[in-house]
Amino acid sequence: MASDEHDRGREPVTGLTEVEGAAAGAAVAAAPAAAPKVLSPWSDTWRRLKKNKLALIGLGIIAVFIVVGIVQVIAYPLTDGRGLTPYDPNAENYSLSPTGHGSSPSLSHPMGTDYLGRDILSRALVATRISLLVGVIAVAIGLIIGLILGPISGYYGGFVDTVIMRLADIFFAYPYILFVLLIMTVLGPGFVNVFLAIGILGWASFARIVRGQVLSVKSMEYVEAARAQGASDLRIIFRHVLPNSMAPVYVTIAMSVGGAIVTEAAMSFLGIGVQPPNASWGKMISDYLNYLFAGSWWMVLFPSVLLTVTVFGFISFGNGLRDATDPRLKE
Amino acid sequence: MAERLLEVKDLSTHFFTHVGVVKAVNGVSFTLDREETIGIVGESGSGKTVAALSVMRLVPDPPGKIVAGDVRLAGRDLLALTEDEMRAVRGNDIAMIFQDPMTSLNPVFKVGDQIAEAIMLHQDKKKDEAWEMAAALLERVGIPDAKKRVNQYPFEFSGGMRQRAMIAMAISCNPDILIADEPTTALDVTIQAQIMDVIREMQTQFRSGVIMITHDLGVVAEIADKVMVMYGGRTVEYGPVDAIYYDPHHPYTWGLLGSLPRLDLAEKHRLQPIKGQPPDLLLLPPGCPFVGRCAYEVPRCRGEWPPLELVGPDHGVHCWIPVERRLEMRAGLPRFKEWVA
Repeated sequence: MASDEHDRGREPVTGLTEVEGAAAGAAVAAAPAAAPKVLSPWSDTWRRLKKNKLALIGLGIIAVFIVVGIVQVIAYPLTDGRGLTPYDPNAENYSLSPTGHGSSPSLSHPMGTDYLGRDILSRALVATRISLLVGVIAVAIGLIIGLILGPISGYYGGFVDTVIMRLADIFFAYPYILFVLLIMTVLGPGFVNVFLAIGILGWASFARIVRGQVLSVKSMEYVEAARAQGASDLRIIFRHVLPNSMAPVYVTIAMSVGGAIVTEAAMSFLGIGVQPPNASWGKMISDYLNYLFAGSWWMVLFPSVLLTVTVFGFISFGNGLRDATDPRLKE
Repeated sequence: MAERLLEVKDLSTHFFTHVGVVKAVNGVSFTLDREETIGIVGESGSGKTVAALSVMRLVPDPPGKIVAGDVRLAGRDLLALTEDEMRAVRGNDIAMIFQDPMTSLNPVFKVGDQIAEAIMLHQDKKKDEAWEMAAALLERVGIPDAKKRVNQYPFEFSGGMRQRAMIAMAISCNPDILIADEPTTALDVTIQAQIMDVIREMQTQFRSGVIMITHDLGVVAEIADKVMVMYGGRTVEYGPVDAIYYDPHHPYTWGLLGSLPRLDLAEKHRLQPIKGQPPDLLLLPPGCPFVGRCAYEVPRCRGEWPPLELVGPDHGVHCWIPVERRLEMRAGLPRFKEWVA
């Protein structure tokens, strides 16, 4: 275990300072170079994460996805909705779809074209913007609500806890897609509302995880010490308890981003997310599904692969992160 | 006459749990003067920590409640304060050092951050001023290279240094009273002695009163001016430190002293453990909580809590055994033979 290494390495130095006290200060200060490097909790996590190949692959996928997504997010307003793509993703070109079944992948259109002759690669690229935004915004909404309600629930306990947790139970008990549909019906279709719906539904899992952590952290001695210093409840909750309860939350964030992307795809597939002619991976899969049976496999294949790979990236990274932060798995 | 800092009278703190009422502290009284140190001694579950937490009003409520008593800080009734007023007292007038330095510092903040936070909670200081004060405090409690150390995280500190940092945090607002809850239990013996030195030094510098909670009679002998011996939530005996060590009157105090090793006794001398288990605080007898373990029990012990009996200047005991009989029995214990002689 990392702390053992660091303790063993440090003992001579600290032993000296303890025995000789302040008088030995100068001597110790003169030899700081002898002090071995100590591992902070984060570098320790990274050290163990590095050994997990699947997690590293996931991290690589996430990195590519985020870079492409950010480029598209920035390019979208600058190019009047076209994005940074080889072709205009919404430009119809019937010469590329002579029979109404698109054209198969070629050198100029590596992912082929769709039934309206639109370039699949360009559409898939511009769709990363939607996926990135839904991943970030929807999860952020859920996270903020969860990180406010969860700690309050766990810290105060009693009636407050009961109310918040039963509310979370309701959110868990209701079928997820139906709940999203319900909220979408209230808010109306459109991809901004998809963000809201997914975000509102996401708070319960964050709140529950944070609450569980808070329950164990709040009885730690440093919380008692903060109280003995005269810190207020709010200060204790959000400054002392919450930062120490975050480790499993990071894992859940990684997983939730993947989940939010999938949910957005499902919403768009059902026709209540992104509206035509704009592209999202889910919307593309839904639009092109009919052509799959007619033999135009490339239309569905590429957006499906991108969606799967991206979500796989988030989930395998989340899994790796969980393993790396799990003290029971420490060697 | 010394300045009276704290006056605790008939303090009772009970925990109302679903299995019954736990009488953790039962009618405890003590006083503390400026620059004085009181040692509260007792085994685990004797109520010494709860008594101290009650003074700071830090007993978790629910289930805990201060059901009776009077706590006065320089004449001010602490139990009548609102929570906000009490928060201004905590850390500022009364500060606390905890048992386990490994867990009493927040692992995600730099040590300087935590000391500076304590300063900024009670004093009108800017962040960089507070940080400078934090470094100065660390230096004062004997942490070398304090300017660099203040920027480090708790995991980069050893146990002894963490306890020094905790002391720095506790004295940061120059409190009148310093409560130390077994501050050396989690440390090894050489470090223990140093931490006691630091506490004593800070006490003289800041002219604080110290409440030292411990089960280590060695620590008490070293630092305390007077001692309160607690058992089963009650004060069984209190008095000046010399009186407790050389003229103990309660059988439980004899037991505590008899279970300590001594250098001056014969080599073959065996330590005398106190037989039996501490009482279940849910099922305390109406009388003395030490019944059942006490070898000198008289019938009255079970039914009624004995009144305070003064046996010396500022030295009181709660025991039904008549004083002559008590001295006779004490003289029969191997440990006390040579003292009496």
